[in-house]
Amino acid sequence: MNMTAPIKATRLRGERVTLAHGGGGKAMRDLIEEIFTDVFQPAGDEDQARLTSDALREAGAQLAFTTDSFVVSPPVFPGGDIGKIAVCGTVNDLAVGGAKPLWLSAAFIIEEGCEFDLLRQVVASMQAEADKAGVRIVTGDTKVVERGAADKVFVTTSGVGVIPADRHLAADQIRPGDVAIVNGVLGDHGATILAARGDMALNTDIISDCQSLNGLMEAVLAVAPNARAARDATRGGVASCLNEMAAAAKVGIVIEETALPLRAEVKGVCEVLGLDPLYLANEGTLVMFVPEDEVDAALAAMRAMPEGCDATVIGRATSGPPARVIMKTLFGGQRLVDTLVGEQLPRIC
Amino acid sequence: MCLGIPGQIVEITDADRLMAMADVSGVRREVSVACVAPAALSDLVGEWALIHVGFAMSIIDADEAEKTLEALRGLGEAQETLEAMAQGDAALAESPVTEVMS
Amino acid sequence: MRYVEEFRDPVAAQDVLRAIKDVVTEIGATKEKPVHIMEICGGHTHAIFRYGLDRLTPDGIEFIHGPGCPVCVLPMSRIDECVEIAERSEVIFATFGDAMRVPGTRKSLMQAKADGADIRMVYSPLDALELARRNPEREVVFFGLGFETTTPSTALSIQQAAREKLGNFSVFCNHIRVPPPIKALLDDPYMILDGFVGPGHVSMVIGTHPYDFIADDYCKPIVVAGFEPLDLLQSVLMVLRQIRDGRAEVENQYARVVPEHGNPISIAAIEDVYEPRPTFEWRGLGEIDASGLRIRHAYQAYDAEEKFSVGYGAGPRLVTEPEGCACGQVMTGRIKPLQCPQYGTGCTPEMPLGALMVSSEGACAAYYQYSAADDVLEAAE
Repeated sequence: MNMTAPIKATRLRGERVTLAHGGGGKAMRDLIEEIFTDVFQPAGDEDQARLTSDALREAGAQLAFTTDSFVVSPPVFPGGDIGKIAVCGTVNDLAVGGAKPLWLSAAFIIEEGCEFDLLRQVVASMQAEADKAGVRIVTGDTKVVERGAADKVFVTTSGVGVIPADRHLAADQIRPGDVAIVNGVLGDHGATILAARGDMALNTDIISDCQSLNGLMEAVLAVAPNARAARDATRGGVASCLNEMAAAAKVGIVIEETALPLRAEVKGVCEVLGLDPLYLANEGTLVMFVPEDEVDAALAAMRAMPEGCDATVIGRATSGPPARVIMKTLFGGQRLVDTLVGEQLPRIC
Repeated sequence: MCLGIPGQIVEITDADRLMAMADVSGVRREVSVACVAPAALSDLVGEWALIHVGFAMSIIDADEAEKTLEALRGLGEAQETLEAMAQGDAALAESPVTEVMS
Repeated sequence: MRYVEEFRDPVAAQDVLRAIKDVVTEIGATKEKPVHIMEICGGHTHAIFRYGLDRLTPDGIEFIHGPGCPVCVLPMSRIDECVEIAERSEVIFATFGDAMRVPGTRKSLMQAKADGADIRMVYSPLDALELARRNPEREVVFFGLGFETTTPSTALSIQQAAREKLGNFSVFCNHIRVPPPIKALLDDPYMILDGFVGPGHVSMVIGTHPYDFIADDYCKPIVVAGFEPLDLLQSVLMVLRQIRDGRAEVENQYARVVPEHGNPISIAAIEDVYEPRPTFEWRGLGEIDASGLRIRHAYQAYDAEEKFSVGYGAGPRLVTEPEGCACGQVMTGRIKPLQCPQYGTGCTPEMPLGALMVSSEGACAAYYQYSAADDVLEAAE
């Protein structure tokens, strides 16, 4: 006898979300159950998740709490989708502070007309990434807004983690002489999105670098316990990140243009459009400052992992003019690397 | 509007409209080759051109590029020659004839 | 990247810099009495600052940043006209990114976009053509900005539109020519100019002979330069050698891209589609004869000024620059960005007063982005 797997019956009608799915009634319940909770499987039926963790109870441990909203367009792009970055982004915001990420919430604002299949894909990505990162999505919310009031789907994730008692990563810990490391090549995500938007009609093989970095952080902190601070270089790129850290620590930072790791294609996109790769967004790249005597250990730990195979030193903190980031150009000259003002617009001129 | 970048023509995409695919360091974009079109469009494939706002505007002359680089390298050699000559002069100045004769 | 990285070799740069230093010494130029070299083109201004060439070359060379930034020389009134066209509901206004943040009297194109105008940033006029093909019920207007480098691309696009009989495509023409403002600067008794670094990509189109008048009539050297740091350094060396030898010639450092007689197809397309306007307004330089282009009558169906009754001849145009704005003086090399009273205070990249702070090739924006305060960089040395 032929046995075919039963096709899972769907209660959802049609292919797209309608305003009824946001109404609070049966249609909404069907949407939530079928698309979201059947996959995320949060425990319990209450409005709130109820959670315990032994790590939280340790003396001196701190709760870390962060939130982020994701509005990327297009929602699906080479290397990922809005769901994947919604999980990576929040996991990374916790991890760079030295926290072990535990639980995420996920809130969705869905545009009327958004395809169910897109939502299914986004949710599947989120669950897959959550599994990889070892976190659980434990609570959430959905809203539906009229056509035009959102762009397909917007996602907001909040995340909770635990910082062990003996860790104190903070930008103000950075001192002159500390070394700046990145875990990989710069600008892949920004370049991917630019190419994916289609306005510039560029074809490339670049994919987004979006990935969770909590495993990498734990590996590094195990061998470099005196690491000062780490930040993930998302919007505004590595340049904005460095400026924030320099300002918080009141140190100067000098980076070497020749040390910046870049894919040839990302360089190509930047040359064609007249963009500066230092300002391109990343979704799986962090900047970390470690004391000089822990650099080798930190690099070795990063390079042993796929998320850090291209890890390299890009510069160091100095006692130079505080809050200023300076780059030694490949030419032996120097230039200031300021925070991004407005949006980086492709230059033609 | 000066931003132009060298790219290699890798394929003719629309001969009637004089469009080709250009590759800049692995990034590909369709460009017009109207400004550089030879009688046989396929002759363009493999050539390097200066690409500006979606148009290939000049075929890069490999010989001229080499000449420019040689002139630049020549500066280095000229410098070395000058420095060697200067060192020779300095050496001569330091050893007076009387020492050699004694 | 071929034909790019070889011309960025830092070791070769050291050799050129040493040679430059030697010639500057031979000329006897010092910080107090420098040689004044104008780089005409905004792309060169950007490259000089990006690679720190102004700091690497000896004090005896002073770079005067010229008016070769087509965004910077746009009078505010032209932006107002763009906004007027863009705000029409049937219009999709397509423009290069550079123009988006330039302030108009009421607003910039970026602000107009935030207020609801359908403004799209494109890389090429070909993209605007494609927008017209895909949106037959809308009017696509392309902001044709730029010197002779870009003029052929819009000319060829208009010719293509005519071949396809596209009824919903037009160009708002702001193309300008390089030689006329150079002549205006050379005629200005207050300008001290000893030599020029000539625009490489404009020359790729027009060739090197349009600059003969600079050497023949005004006895100044001009070297047409490429855009990589070695190109610029080599060109500066060539200008200095001419000055030292008392020569005034047009030389071509960028021969790998620039043919002596330019690109015949581009020149023919420009000639076919455009004609010079009797006069055109330049920010900071006033009205200059035969310096701007307009679309010929034969192609008036593709002329946005005709379609929308805006621009020259359409109405009164009396727009003054905002109070305190010294863009005109910076752009013609009379003062440096740091000497503008508004620089960094009333005029910053976030809140620009004038185009030089907004355009990525404007001298002020380049200063701000790459050198900000020299004392910061010196303190770091």
